[in-house]
Amino acid sequence: MLKRTVRRTRDGSFQMRLTDDERDLVANLASQLRELLVSEEQDGLERLYPPAYANDEERDAEYQSMVHDELLEKRLASVDVVEQTATATSLTEEEVTAWMGAINDLRLVLGTRLDLSEETNGFPLDDPRAPAYAVYQYLTHLLAEIVHALSN
Amino acid sequence: MMRTPSMSVPTISPVEVDKPTGDTEVTPDRPWVVIVWNDPINLMDYVTFVFQKLFGYSLDKATKLMLDVHQKGRAVVSNGTREKAELDVFRLHEHGLWATMQHDK
Repeated sequence: MLKRTVRRTRDGSFQMRLTDDERDLVANLASQLRELLVSEEQDGLERLYPPAYANDEERDAEYQSMVHDELLEKRLASVDVVEQTATATSLTEEEVTAWMGAINDLRLVLGTRLDLSEETNGFPLDDPRAPAYAVYQYLTHLLAEIVHALSN
Repeated sequence: MMRTPSMSVPTISPVEVDKPTGDTEVTPDRPWVVIVWNDPINLMDYVTFVFQKLFGYSLDKATKLMLDVHQKGRAVVSNGTREKAELDVFRLHEHGLWATMQHDK
């Protein structure tokens, strides 16, 4: 049987079976996400702040101004947790939930930048998007593992 | 949505994505509904998990709603006053889901 990357243990903590390279990647991506979140450009961040009122610009502008800072703060708090616990072999439920949030945010940003559709099935190795897609696939795997562990 | 991969290779199935069509005219008697729209990024199991976590739905109900989103392009996941709907939308946005709100038809 496939060994799980993330496993809930009897005491309620979560065992993280990641290699050192994976931990470096996760920590590095988390710090890149922080830079993006606080940058002026907000390139590829559309999916992190979707419209609430699809056909009412005025109300939606009100909603956005009301929630934006809180959404940003929550996202940055999750990034903090991931950076602080990237090398940990055991996480609390709260910490693993922060990982879930930051990893999903990263997938949304990468998926938006790669302009993924439901038909996207990868890119040729010489395609400039191939490396980012490989990272996206790794994050998909890690997120699936975390959701599986949290659901059990 | 993406299927959760059993190994590390994701499979993606095609689904028509409807554009959000809203009716936000002010009629206080009608409740607001919160709609989650299909998107090509969020994982199916993640969406199910978020519905359970945010709304306390059973695994069966959360899975049914997730499949509606995936197969029909959208699903109503909660309803109530404007204030409640806005809070639900906010919590869904916090979790990266594509949620909007509109008046019940």
